[in-house]
Amino acid sequence: MKNRFEMRFTGSGGQGVILASVIFAEAAVVKGLHAVQSQAYGPEARGGSSKAECIISRDTIWFSKVQQNDFLLALTQNALDKYAPELAEDGVVMIDESLSAPAFLDSERVVSVPILRCARETVGKTITANIVAVGAINELFGLFDEETLREAVSRHIPAGTEDLNFRALSAGKALIGSELRDRYLVEREN
Amino acid sequence: MSKAVLMQGNEAVVEGAIAAGARFFAGYPITPSTEIAEQSALRLPQVGGTFIQMEDELASVAAVLGASAAGVKSFTATSGPGFSLMQENIGYGAMAEIPCVIVDVQRAGPSTGLATSPSQGDYMQARWGTHGDHPVIALSPSSVLEAYRLTVRAFNLSEKYRTPVILLMDEIVGHMREGVTLPNPNELIINSRKMSFHDGANKQCYYVPEGQYVPAMKPFGRGERYNITGLAHDISGFPTNDNAVAGAGIKRLLDKIEKNADDIIRTEEYLLDDAETAIVCFGGTKRAAMDAIEALRARGEKVGLFRPVTVWPFPEKQLREKCAQVKRLIVVEHNHGQMLLQVQRAATDTQRVDFLGRIDGTVITPDEIVATFEGKEDMTHAQ
Repeated sequence: MKNRFEMRFTGSGGQGVILASVIFAEAAVVKGLHAVQSQAYGPEARGGSSKAECIISRDTIWFSKVQQNDFLLALTQNALDKYAPELAEDGVVMIDESLSAPAFLDSERVVSVPILRCARETVGKTITANIVAVGAINELFGLFDEETLREAVSRHIPAGTEDLNFRALSAGKALIGSELRDRYLVEREN
Repeated sequence: MSKAVLMQGNEAVVEGAIAAGARFFAGYPITPSTEIAEQSALRLPQVGGTFIQMEDELASVAAVLGASAAGVKSFTATSGPGFSLMQENIGYGAMAEIPCVIVDVQRAGPSTGLATSPSQGDYMQARWGTHGDHPVIALSPSSVLEAYRLTVRAFNLSEKYRTPVILLMDEIVGHMREGVTLPNPNELIINSRKMSFHDGANKQCYYVPEGQYVPAMKPFGRGERYNITGLAHDISGFPTNDNAVAGAGIKRLLDKIEKNADDIIRTEEYLLDDAETAIVCFGGTKRAAMDAIEALRARGEKVGLFRPVTVWPFPEKQLREKCAQVKRLIVVEHNHGQMLLQVQRAATDTQRVDFLGRIDGTVITPDEIVATFEGKEDMTHAQ
């Protein structure tokens, strides 16, 4: 992993993008790395736009907001259109297959994955989309080992939902083929 | 606890409060402080404490004062709109000398404003929100760990000086999660109020020995009955219209903070020894300032940081001492220039004071501070 990795998770309120960012921050802390997580959302409990951020670094993190957006997850078209222009020059965006990537983004930098369909059909619960995304993102960049990621997930889900969420993690991981993984692998944290 | 855990600033406040001995929370949840109420509802019953969700913020402080008078360390948490409603009873707490901690996780105002956006616009409200000349202590954390430590310190100062203490957080710190290693609670210094049980010469509930400022507290509701009032009172606790007695009583309230300012005030300095410019900020704004200082230092610019950790009383003497050799002070805060006024009062005639502020609910970035240093931004008005 590069010295500092700045991630953004965006979508609609209720899709769990904040939790997705918390899980990566938690995994980083489990691994003894520095992590800062924050979020911005509207006054609505459901709907409205939701944006969460997680910065992972080997060094102390002062400013807590993303400035060089290395990775963007977009689960809605609105979020994609709003935040894609703020990606760093070599930043990568993961979008749900139902979205269309803006023309200005080089196709190499867009990873389109059936996140919502996978949650609905493979896992069987739409609300696990955020955990499916976590599994896919982690596999894409090779960020954390499976045990660390499961530990991070376990700390933030209701007791008794481990099986469901671990299935979602695995299903997300399976969405990333070896070709994609080899292209974006940053360096596995072990 | 030696292992780092991921924790939110608001959660750290609750853990700090419990470590400090707090066992009573009464509040009315409001973004961005809601997690403090939520977490208190979960955690306080686990340690034998009480959580009450009140009908509003007026009642919240009333309940907190009642619980504290009865002997339980108590706190509440709110944001701007609720903080406004709490002011009357904060003044009551100051007048009746009832310890408690009020957490204000600031959000963009005025009024209901931008409910989920960061701000530091309650800086002056923390000082002058309640009417009349009154004592105030307010502390402002810049990280999750400091949110924990300053919550403990807020309770300690509140107990020691028998006065409400405000923990002036902002959304930046309240809603931020970072890895923290909390200290072992057994290793913390915990102050509790000095008690008196109606013995000897100390029969009056507001009796203060010569040369001291803080009366020992009689447990309310146990033993001898006494009176608590927001009216000017004599040492018996009953109202008085004797101007000399009333004036002396209020003067003592102010003196107990002013004369102990060195004990109450804490500041942070970073790279000030050779600095020609000091960035002056408080709370979460420090985080952008640190990156800006690093960027400017890398270019050879002599820039440092002066941060009031105790924001009230304002560390005027400390600013003058630590920034004596500094030629330029740049005040950076998420408001239209509130602490700026204090810095302008403290600065010498030869020191230039510049300002970068923000009132639109977004966060000031390190680049913007660098630009202000370079004189590229309008430094007299908030963006």
